[in-house]
Amino acid sequence: MFLGPHMVIVSIEVDNDESDDEQSEDTDNDSSEVEPQNSKESVGRNGKRKRKIEQESEEKSDDSEEEEEQSRKKNVKNRNKLTNRNNSDESEKETTKSRKNKNVKSKKKDSHSDDHDDESLDKNKKGKGDKKQMDSESDKEDNKKRGKRKDKNCKKDGNKGKGNKKKFSSSSGEESEEVITEEDVAKLKDEVDEKKKLIATLRNKPSPMKHKLQLLKEAQEFVEKFEGTLGKGKGKRFYAYKVMMTKKWMKFQRDFENFKTACIPWEMKIKEIESHFGSSVASYFIFLRWMYGINMVLFGLTFGLVMIPEALMGKPYGSMPRKTVPISEQDSAMNFATLWDFGGYAQYSVLFYGYYNNQRTIGWLKFRLPLGYFLVGVGTIGYSFMVVIRTMASNANEEGGGDDTSFNFSWKMFTSWDYLIGNAETADNKFASITTSFKESILEEQENRKEGNIHLTQFLRVLANVLVLLTLAGSGYLIFFVVRRSQKFAQEGLDDYGWWERNEVNMVMSLLGMFCPMLFDIISPLENYHPRIALQWQLGRIFALFLGNLYTFIIALLDEINLKLEEEKIVKYNITIWEKNLYNGSWLENSTSRPALDIDPAIVPRGPCWETMVGQEFVRLTVSDTLTTVITILIGDFLRAVFVRFVNYCWCWDLEYGFPSYAEFDISGNVLGLIFNQGMIWMGAFYAPCLPAINVLRLLASMYLQCWAVMCTNVPHERVFKASRSNNFYMAMLLIILFLSTLPAVYTIVSIPPSFDCGPFSGKDRMFDVIQETLDNDFPAWFGKVFTAATNPGLILSFILLLALAIYYLQATSESYKAANLELKKKLQNQSDENKKRNKKNAKAAANQMEELQNSLQNANERATGRDADKKANAVNSSNHPPAQGAYPPNGRRMRLAVPPHVAVTRPPRPRGPGQLPGRLHYPGPQQSHGAHPRMPRTGAAFR
Amino acid sequence: MGNKQTIFTDEQLDAYQDCTFFTRKEILRLHGRYHEMAPHIVPMDYTNEPDVKIPIQLITNMPELKENPFKEQIVKTFSEDGAGNLSFNDFVDMFSVLSEMAPRELKAIYAFKIYDFNTDNFICKSDLEKTLNKLTREELAPEEVTLVCEKVIEEADLDGDGKLNYPDFENMIGKAPDFLSTFHIRI
Repeated sequence: MFLGPHMVIVSIEVDNDESDDEQSEDTDNDSSEVEPQNSKESVGRNGKRKRKIEQESEEKSDDSEEEEEQSRKKNVKNRNKLTNRNNSDESEKETTKSRKNKNVKSKKKDSHSDDHDDESLDKNKKGKGDKKQMDSESDKEDNKKRGKRKDKNCKKDGNKGKGNKKKFSSSSGEESEEVITEEDVAKLKDEVDEKKKLIATLRNKPSPMKHKLQLLKEAQEFVEKFEGTLGKGKGKRFYAYKVMMTKKWMKFQRDFENFKTACIPWEMKIKEIESHFGSSVASYFIFLRWMYGINMVLFGLTFGLVMIPEALMGKPYGSMPRKTVPISEQDSAMNFATLWDFGGYAQYSVLFYGYYNNQRTIGWLKFRLPLGYFLVGVGTIGYSFMVVIRTMASNANEEGGGDDTSFNFSWKMFTSWDYLIGNAETADNKFASITTSFKESILEEQENRKEGNIHLTQFLRVLANVLVLLTLAGSGYLIFFVVRRSQKFAQEGLDDYGWWERNEVNMVMSLLGMFCPMLFDIISPLENYHPRIALQWQLGRIFALFLGNLYTFIIALLDEINLKLEEEKIVKYNITIWEKNLYNGSWLENSTSRPALDIDPAIVPRGPCWETMVGQEFVRLTVSDTLTTVITILIGDFLRAVFVRFVNYCWCWDLEYGFPSYAEFDISGNVLGLIFNQGMIWMGAFYAPCLPAINVLRLLASMYLQCWAVMCTNVPHERVFKASRSNNFYMAMLLIILFLSTLPAVYTIVSIPPSFDCGPFSGKDRMFDVIQETLDNDFPAWFGKVFTAATNPGLILSFILLLALAIYYLQATSESYKAANLELKKKLQNQSDENKKRNKKNAKAAANQMEELQNSLQNANERATGRDADKKANAVNSSNHPPAQGAYPPNGRRMRLAVPPHVAVTRPPRPRGPGQLPGRLHYPGPQQSHGAHPRMPRTGAAFR
Repeated sequence: MGNKQTIFTDEQLDAYQDCTFFTRKEILRLHGRYHEMAPHIVPMDYTNEPDVKIPIQLITNMPELKENPFKEQIVKTFSEDGAGNLSFNDFVDMFSVLSEMAPRELKAIYAFKIYDFNTDNFICKSDLEKTLNKLTREELAPEEVTLVCEKVIEEADLDGDGKLNYPDFENMIGKAPDFLSTFHIRI
C-alpha cells in the first residue's frame, strides 16, 4: 500500500485557501473514508469514457501544457465538488436533525427546501464549485482536525446517544457517496492513466527539454499520489501490488534496455567510420555486425548441442576406428601442413562429421547425439531463414514512403545532406556531389538528353555488358577446367603433387573472386550510371560471378562424392575380406575368444567418409577465403597507401591525386564476399560443426582489420552517396544465397546414403531415418502412429494443396489492395493537382485585380495631383472602390470572388499613395495616356 | 559506479531517460561531451541543475556538427533563447531528436524548424535559396537557384500560396525514403 486514502483529498486541496468552517472538516473525512470503496464500480462504468479521453489526450498532445493545467484545475474542482456535496449533506443533517438513515438519499432527490442542499445540488449540476465557497485546508490541518471532528460529533449528538449517531453518519455518508464519488474516482483514474500515457510518450513531444522535465515531474507526482487510492477493499491491496510490480517491471525493462545497448559492440567504431565515409560504407559494417550476431547464435547451437556433448560424453579418441588416425597417416598427422589442410588429427576430431559415433544415446544424460546432430543442422537453416526474412520485413516497414518521383527536387533539397558526415574531406565530396546532382536534375529538367549522347552511352553500356559476360564466361571455364584437372589429380593420388595442385581449386576461386570485381570496376565507368545504380549493377555482376563459382565448385564436389561412394563399395567388400582373414587367423590361434579380439583401431581399414571430405572442403575454402581477404587488404589497400604516401615525395606526377591514388572502400565486393562466405557456412555447417566457430573468428578478425584499414588507408568515395534501401538489397541477396546454399545441403542429406562407418548416421539408409528411430523408441506407440498417419501422401498432398490455395488467395488480395492503393494515390494526386491549379488561378486573378487596383489608384492619384489639393484626398479615397467595382462585370465570377480580400491588401499603401507617384509614373507606361481606363492592364494580364 | 552518482542523481537520469531516446550511459556520455567543450564553465556535478549555457561557437565546433552546413540553424533551433546558446537540457534535446530512435514525425517538426531560416513558420523562397546555397556552397548560378526553388515549391506546395507550410513539408518529407537515414547524428 502506497498511500492512505486521506492523503488524496489533502493533496488536491493544497491550492485552495484555508478559509473554511468547521463543517468542512467533518465532511472531508467522511468523503475520504468512503471514496475508495466506490472506485472499482466506477472504473467499470467509465471504461468507455476513459478510452475516449485517451484518444483525446493523444490529439491534444501538442498543447499538453494547457491540458495539464486544465486537468489540474478540473481535478481540484471535482474534489471540491465532492467535498461540497458532503458538506451539504452534513449540513442538511445538522439542520434537520433527522435520524432516518434510509431516507437521506431520497430526500436529497426530492430537492429539499433546505438552502444548503439546494445550493450544493446546483453546484453539482453546474459542475463548477467555486473555490471561495469551498471548504478546504492543507493536509496537516485536516489530519489534526479529524480528532476534533469526532469530538464535535459527539457533542452534537450527545443527547441522542453516540452509537446511533455514528451509525447515521457513516451510513448516510456511504449512501450519498455512492452517487457522487463514483464519477470523480473514475475521472481521477482517467487522469492517472492520462498522465501515465503522457510519461510514456513524453519523449516524442516537440517541446524543449526543460518543459518536458517539468511536465514529467508533475505527471509523476500526480501518478504517485493517486495511483494508490484506486482500488477497493480487497482489490485495493492487489491493485497496489500490481502497481508496484509494474513499476519494478518498468525499471527492470529500462535497465535491461540499457544493458542491451551496452552490449552492442563496435558502436563507436562504426560511428567513426560513418562520420568519415557517410552512411554507405557504414552500412557494410553494420551488416557485418549483424552477420556476426547470427553466426554467434549458429555457433552456440553447434558448439553447445553437438561439439561439447560429444567431446565430454562421447567415446574418447582412439576408442574406435572412426575416432583414430589410421596407421598410414599417423606419421604425418601432426605436421603443420596436414593440420593446416584440416587433415590428420584435425580430421579425426569433433570438428568434422566423421568423428561422431552412431550410438543412440551418450553419457549419463542419455543425450541423443544423432538426433541432436540432425536437429541442429535443420535448426541452423531454419533459424537463418527466420532471421533473414524477419529482418527484411522490418526493413520494408521502415522504408515508409514509396518510389514517388513527384518530389524529386524537394527531396534533393531537404534530404540530400547526410547529417552523419563529420569529416572535412567527405563533406567536400558531398558538397560536390550534391551540386552535380542538382545540375544534372536541372539539365534533365531543361531538356531531355541530347541524341548523340544517348547513342554513345547505349553503345558503351552494351559494350560494357559484353565485356562483363566475357569475363564471367572466362572465369566459369577456368573453374571448370581446374576442377576437372583436380579430379584427374585425385584419381592419380594426391601424394605425387605439391601444395599448389592440392589447393588449386580454392586458390583459383579466391583469385577470381579477387580480380574479377576489379575488372568489373574498370569496366563500369564506361556505363556512366548514377553511383547508386552502378553499385547495384556491380553487385549483380559480382553476385553472378560468385554464384557461378560456387555452383561449379558444388558440382565438382558432387562428382567427388559419387567417386567416394563407389570407392566405399570397394572398401566395404575389402573389409569383409579383411575381417574374415582376421577372424580366420585368430581362430587358428585361439578359437574361444572371438569377441575379445583386441585390434588396434588404427589399423582397421575404413571407408572414405565423403561427409568429412565435404566438410573439409568447405572449411578449407573458408580459410583460404579469409586469407585472401586479409592479403587483399594488406596489399591492395595498405601497401598501395604506403607507396602512394611516401613515394609521392620523389615521383614525377602527383600520386595522391593522379593514377594510383588511395583505394576507395569497395562496398559491393565486401558485401558480396560476406554473403557468399555465409552461404558456404550454411552449406558446410552440417558436415563440419566447426564451421560456425571458424566463421565467428573470421568475422571478428575482419571487423577489426577492415575498420582499421578503412580508417587509415582508404579515401572517401568521390561521389558520396547514401545507402538508402541497399540494406534490404543486401538482405535479399542473402536470402537468395541462403536458399541456394540450402538446396545442395538438403539434397545431400536427403538423397545420398550416409557412409557406413563414420558419422552419427552410419548404418542408416538415409540421414533422416534418425527421426523415425526416435519416434519408434522414445515416444509412445500412438504418437508414432499419428505421425505416420500424418505423413502419408494423401494428407501431405492435401496440405500442400491448401497451402497453394492460401498463397493464391493472399496473392490475389494483395494484388487488389495494390490496385486500390494505386487508385487512391491517383485520386490524391489529382486532387492536389486540382487544388494547386485552383489556388494558382485564384492567386493569379487576385494578382490581376490587385494590379488593376493599383493602377486605378495611381490614376486617381494622378488626377488628384493634377487638380486641386482638396479633391486629391477624395480621389484617393474613392479610387479604392468605384473603379474597381466598375471592373467587375466584364471579368466574370471568379474575379468578383477574388477581389474583396485584395481591396484590403491595397489599403495599407494608400497613405503613401502620393509619395509613390513619381516612381510609379515611369513604370506602367501606357496607362498614363489612357487615364482612368482600368481595363487595359487587366486584359493584358489575362492573355499572359 | 560511484563516479556516476556525482554527475546526476538517479532520479535525474531516469527523468532524462523518460524524456529522450537515450540510455543512461549515453546521457552520461553526452554530459561528458558537453563538459569537455567548456570545462571551465560546465561543472561536473549536475545534481542541483546549475544554469549553465555554452555559446554557439563552441557547439558548432563539435566534430559531429562541424561539417554540417546547417549547424548554426540546428543549434539555434534547439536553443531555448533562440540565439544558439545551449544549456545541457537543450543539448540533450538536440541529440535526442537527431538520434536514430526518434520517430519520423518528431524529426519532421524539427527539420521544418531548421530549414525555416527566418522563423516565420513558412519555408518561403528565401529559405529555400539559403538552404540550397548552403548545400552547394553557392556553386550554382543564380538562375539555377531560382529554378530549383521554383521547382521545389511547385512540387511540394499543396495550397498554392507560394511557400511551404508545415503540412506541405510533412507531406513531402513523409514520403522521402532517405529522410530518416540522413537526418540523424550519432553521438
